[in-house]
Amino acid sequence: MGLLLDSHRRRALARLLLRLNTPLCVVSYLAGVFWFLGLAFSPLTQNTYISENAMGSTMVEEQFEGGEHAISFARDFIAQRRKTGSLPVAWLERTMRSVGLEVYSQSFSRTLPFPDETHERYMVSGTNVYGILRAPRAASTESLVLIVPSSPETLNAQAVGLLLSLAAYFRSQIYWAKDIIFLVTEHDLLGTEAWLEAYHDVNITGMQSSALRGRAGAIQAAVALELNSDVVTSLDVAVEGLNGQLPNLDLLNLFHAFCQKEALLCTLQGKLQHSDWASLGGSLHGLQTLMLMVLRQASGRPHGPHGLFLRYHVEAITLRGINSFRQYKYDMTAVGKTLEGMFRKLNNLLERLHQSYFFYLLPSLSRFVSIGLYMPAIGFLLFIPGLKALELWVKLNKADFGPEEQLGPNHSPAQPIGQDARGVALTPLVAPVLISQATGLALYLLPVMGQHVAAQHFPVAEAEAVVLTLLAIYVAGLALPHSTHRVVSSTPRGPDSGWMALKLLGLLYLAIQLGCISLFNFSLGFLLAVTMVPAAALTQPNGPRFLYAVLLVLVSPGATLLGSLFLWRELQEAPLTLAEGWQLFLNALAQGVLDHHLYGALLFPLLSLGLYPCWLLFWNVLFWK
Amino acid sequence: MAMAAPLVLHLLLALLLGSGGQSRAEPERDSLREELVLTPLPSGDVSATFQFRTRWDSELQREGVSHYRLFPKVLGQLISKYSVQELHLSLTQGFWRTRFWGQPFLQAPAGAELWVWFQDSVEDVDKSWKELSNILSGIFCASLNFIDSTNTVTPTASFKPLGVANGTNHHFLRYAVLPREVVCTENLTPWKKLLPCSSKAGLSVLLKAERLFHTSYHSQAVHIRPVCRDAHCVSISWELRQTLTVVFDAYTTGQGKKDWSLFRMFSRTITEACPLASQSYVYVDISRHGQENETLEVSPPPTSTYQAVVLGDRKTYAVYDLLNPATFSGSRSLNLQLKWKQLQDIESQLVPFLHAQRYVSGYGLQKGELSTVLHNTHPYRAFPVLLLETVPWYLRLYVHTLAITTKGKDNKPSYIHYQPAQDRLRPHLLEMLIQLPANSVTKVSIQFERALLRWTEYTPDPNHGFYVSPSVLSALVPNLVGAKPADWEESPLFSTMFPSSDSSSYFVRLYTEPLLVNLPTPDFSMPYNVICLTCTVVAVCYGSFYNLLTRTFHLEEPKRSRLVRWLANIIRRIRGVPPV
Repeated sequence: MGLLLDSHRRRALARLLLRLNTPLCVVSYLAGVFWFLGLAFSPLTQNTYISENAMGSTMVEEQFEGGEHAISFARDFIAQRRKTGSLPVAWLERTMRSVGLEVYSQSFSRTLPFPDETHERYMVSGTNVYGILRAPRAASTESLVLIVPSSPETLNAQAVGLLLSLAAYFRSQIYWAKDIIFLVTEHDLLGTEAWLEAYHDVNITGMQSSALRGRAGAIQAAVALELNSDVVTSLDVAVEGLNGQLPNLDLLNLFHAFCQKEALLCTLQGKLQHSDWASLGGSLHGLQTLMLMVLRQASGRPHGPHGLFLRYHVEAITLRGINSFRQYKYDMTAVGKTLEGMFRKLNNLLERLHQSYFFYLLPSLSRFVSIGLYMPAIGFLLFIPGLKALELWVKLNKADFGPEEQLGPNHSPAQPIGQDARGVALTPLVAPVLISQATGLALYLLPVMGQHVAAQHFPVAEAEAVVLTLLAIYVAGLALPHSTHRVVSSTPRGPDSGWMALKLLGLLYLAIQLGCISLFNFSLGFLLAVTMVPAAALTQPNGPRFLYAVLLVLVSPGATLLGSLFLWRELQEAPLTLAEGWQLFLNALAQGVLDHHLYGALLFPLLSLGLYPCWLLFWNVLFWK
Repeated sequence: MAMAAPLVLHLLLALLLGSGGQSRAEPERDSLREELVLTPLPSGDVSATFQFRTRWDSELQREGVSHYRLFPKVLGQLISKYSVQELHLSLTQGFWRTRFWGQPFLQAPAGAELWVWFQDSVEDVDKSWKELSNILSGIFCASLNFIDSTNTVTPTASFKPLGVANGTNHHFLRYAVLPREVVCTENLTPWKKLLPCSSKAGLSVLLKAERLFHTSYHSQAVHIRPVCRDAHCVSISWELRQTLTVVFDAYTTGQGKKDWSLFRMFSRTITEACPLASQSYVYVDISRHGQENETLEVSPPPTSTYQAVVLGDRKTYAVYDLLNPATFSGSRSLNLQLKWKQLQDIESQLVPFLHAQRYVSGYGLQKGELSTVLHNTHPYRAFPVLLLETVPWYLRLYVHTLAITTKGKDNKPSYIHYQPAQDRLRPHLLEMLIQLPANSVTKVSIQFERALLRWTEYTPDPNHGFYVSPSVLSALVPNLVGAKPADWEESPLFSTMFPSSDSSSYFVRLYTEPLLVNLPTPDFSMPYNVICLTCTVVAVCYGSFYNLLTRTFHLEEPKRSRLVRWLANIIRRIRGVPPV
C-alpha cells in the first residue's frame, strides 16, 4: 500500500497498468476459462466422503420386503385416481390411517399470473394428503419428510405405492427418534410450495391454502421420490434447488453410500459415472456432467420438489426412478431398501446436516469440487472489469497523460488532481442509466401486467402475449441509444470522456452484480461472466462497430439463455434444431416468469432489473455520439 | 452354644415385636394406597396410570420428626429443611397426544418439570430453590441442577397450590421446565426406591424398566402436598403421590389387533397386593362411548364396577381389589385381559374439548414467530383458558406483535402478565387469560428475533437447536354431564389429583409440545482461525484503501527539525562538505 501512497510510484504503476492492460485481461480471461474447464480434472476434484459421524457406518441390515405390497398399492392408486379424476384424497387418507399414521389433508388454490401452457393449468386447486408417523418417546420436535409429487401428467403411482408400503413398514419399527411425514402433493411443485408455506405458516407467493392441523416440529431432511414404473434400471438424483441452492453434500453422499451398498445403478444429471476416472475420457465425461450441473444450477429452477425445501433450511434431494432399455432391472424392494437405509441414517442424526459442504459442483456422484477450488475461476473473470475500470479511471483523470510523461521533471508535481476539466462528469450519465433502468423495470412489470391488453388487441393467448411482450420490450431496448442522445446535450469535456465514464460505470456495475450473483449461485455468475465480461471490456464507440454490436447482441442475457439451451441439449446428447430451440426458448421465458411468481425464483428479476439494464449501458457506449 | 444362638434370636425377635406391638397399639399415622388405572385410548393405544399415595398424619415442619415408616425419609427431611409447602416434580419422555388419546388424568411436559411452593417463612426463596433443585437432582439422578435463573419463572396465576394453603402469594412459587432432559432407567430406579414396597410386591412388580421404556409415552412424577387430616380440616397431613403413566402402542405390539393383557404389556402379572398398603385397586376403563352393545370384554370378570364422572364424562370402571382374596381365587396371579368384540371406528372418535398445538413459523435465522393454536371443540360452551408461555431470553420477543385471533377477529385477553427477559438472567414470562368461544380455534402468536450467543454459551451440539419449553394451558372445562361431589378421601386416586371446584366443570392442565429453534450458529468445525484470518485481511485492506481514497496528496519538501539539521551540519563539517 505504501506503493500507492507515493505519488511517483503511483504514476509508474498507472503507466504499467495502461501498458499491460490488454495482455493482462486476455491472460486473466483465459485463466478463468481454463480453470473452470480444469475443475473436472484430478487435482481440483476430491472424492466425496460422509462428514457427519452420526451417519458414518452402514452396519444395519435393511429389512424392507414390501415391494409387492407397494405395487399393489400403486395399482389401487391408479384405479382410484381414474375413478375420481383427481388425487384420490379419501382413499389415501383411509389407506394411510389403516397403516397406522396420523392423517391430515390440506387444500390449496392458486391462480397463476398467466396460463401455463406447458402444464396446461391456470386456476389450480388441489389437496395435499400427509400422514405423520409419531416417533415413540419423542415429543415431536424433529421430523423427516418423504414426499411424492403427483400431478395429472406424471402420476408417480409407483412412488405413492412405495410411500405407503414404506409407511406401513416404518410404522411397525420401534427405533424412530424423529417423526416421519409421508406427504403426497397434488400439482407437483405447486402443492409442495403450498404445503411448505402452510407448514411454516408463511405466505410468500400468494398461495391460498387451509391451515395445517398436524405438525411435527422442525424438519431435518426431506427426500422426494418420483417413480413411474414397477421396475427401474437406475435412480437419478437431482440436487439443484430454487435459485441454485444445494442441499448439504452429506445427504447426497448418504444416497451414494446406499447406492453402493444395494448395488444400484445411480446417475447424476442422467449420466452414469465413468468407470475409469483417471483417464482422459473419464475426466471429459466428468466435465460434461459438471457442465450439465452448472447449466441446471444457473437456471435457478427447482429441479424437483426438493428444491423448494431448501429455502426453509431443510436439506432435501429428489430421487427419480428411470426405466430405460437396460437388461438388468431393480424392483421396488431394492428402491425401498435404499430409502429405508437413508431414513434410518437420517433418524440417527443428532444435529441438522451441517458438517459437509453446502457449495459444491459435482463432476460425478463420487467426486466433488469445493467452493474454495471453483471460486478462482470467476475471480479471474471478474478481474477483467476491474482492470478495465482502473484503466478508464486513469485515462479519465489524466487525459493528457502522454504529454505529461514527456514534460517529465519540469512539470510541477504539486498541482492538485481532479480539480480541472479532467474529472469525471456525471451529469451526462444520468439519462442513459435512468433510461436503461426504466427499460428493465418495464421488462419486469409490463409482460404480466399488460397481458390482457395484449391479448385483446392481438390474436394471441395470454401466455403467448406475455412472452411476446417480453421479447418486444427486450428488442425495443436496443433502440434506446438514439432516444438517449436526444436527452443528452453535447458533452463539453472532450470527445471521449462521456462514453468512458459510462463504460466505467457499466463495468463497475457489472462486476458488482456478477460478484454478488456468484456468491450465491456460482453457476449463474460464471455463465454470465464468461459471456458478458469480454464483450463489455471490448465495447467502445470507435473501431469495428458492427463487429462489436454483433458480439454484444450475442452475449446479451437473452442470447445467453438461448445459447445455454442449445448447449444443454448438446451435452445431453439430444441436439436441437433451430426451430425446436426457438420453441424451447419461448417456453423457457414463460417458465422463468412463472417460476418467479409461483416459487419466488430470482432469475427473472435478476436479469430484467439488473443485468439487462447493465447490458444496455454497454449498448449505449457502443452507439455513443 | 447351639442352644444359645436361637435363644438370643428369640430374645431379639421378642424385643422387636414388642416395640412393633407398641406402635401398633396406637392408631397408625401413615397409610399407603396403590392403584392402577388401565384406559384403552380412543386411538387404540392403552394407557396405564400407577398411583401410589402415602399419607402421613404428621406435621413435618413443626414436630421434630425423626421416625419414618412409609414416608420416605429423604423427602421428609427435604420438606422440613427447606420449608416446602408443595413440591411437584415430573420426568417425562414423549408427548401426550391429547387430540388422539383424550384428556389425561395428569399430563406432564416432555423433559423435567419442577414447581415448588415454599412456605411464607422462607426468607430467600431463590436460594432455597437453588439448593432444593440440586438436592432433587441427586435424589432422582436427573439434571435438575441445570435449573437456574434463566429458566425459572414465577407464574402469577397458572400454578395454584393443589393442597391446603393459607396464602397464595406467588412470590413463594418457583417453576422450571427442562425440555431437553432425557428420562431413562437411572431416573426410574430412585423413584421406585421411594415406594414402601419398592418393586418387590404389589402393583410395583409391573414396573419393569425394560417394558416401561418400550412405550410411546412415559411420565413419572412425585407430588408432595399438605391435605386436610379430616373433614374439619383443623390439622393437616402430608401426602406423597408417586404417579407413573405409560402409553403402550397397541399397533406395533399387537399386529394390528387392539387387544391387550397385563402380561403382554408388562411381561409380568400381579400376584399380590403390597402388604403395607391399606388399599390396592386395579381399575379398567370399560365405558363405551355412545355404543349400546357390548363391544369389549375383560377377563377375569371384575369383582365390582365403579361409575363416576371423570374428566367431564361418565365413565365405568371394572374394579379389582387386590386385597380381596377372591380376586386371586381363579388362579394364583391376576393377568387382566381385554378383548374387543368389534373394532371401534377410529374416525368417529371423540375429540377432547380442549387441545392445543404449538409451532415456530417463518424461515431464516433472523426472525420467527411462536404460534400456539388453542382448540375449543365444545359445541355450545365457551370457557376461559390461562395460557403460560416461558420463552428463553435468546429469543427476543416483540411484545407489540402479540396477536390473539379467534375466527378472524381480535380476542382481547382479560388478564395479561408479562415479565420481559433479561439477557442471561431470566426468561420471558407471559401469562394470559383468554376466553375461548364455543367451537372455535384461537391462534396466539408473537414474533421474536434470534439472539447471537457468545461462543461459550452454545450447547455441545448447537446445530441441533435450542429448546423452548411448552406452553401451559390451565382451564376449567365444562362437564359433559353433571357430577355429584364425592367424598374426597374415599374416591379413587385418579380423580382426586386436582381439587374439584364445582360439579359443572373440571380442571385440566395441558402442555403443548416443546419447540426446537435453530439459532445462528458459527461453524465450530473450523473454529475462529478462519474468522480471525478473514477479519485481519479485511481490516488491513480496508484501512489502506480507506486511507488511499480519503486523502488528497501534495508533494512537500521534507522539513527537518533544527536538531537534525544541526547534527547533519556537524557531520558535514567533519566530512568537509558545505553545510545546508
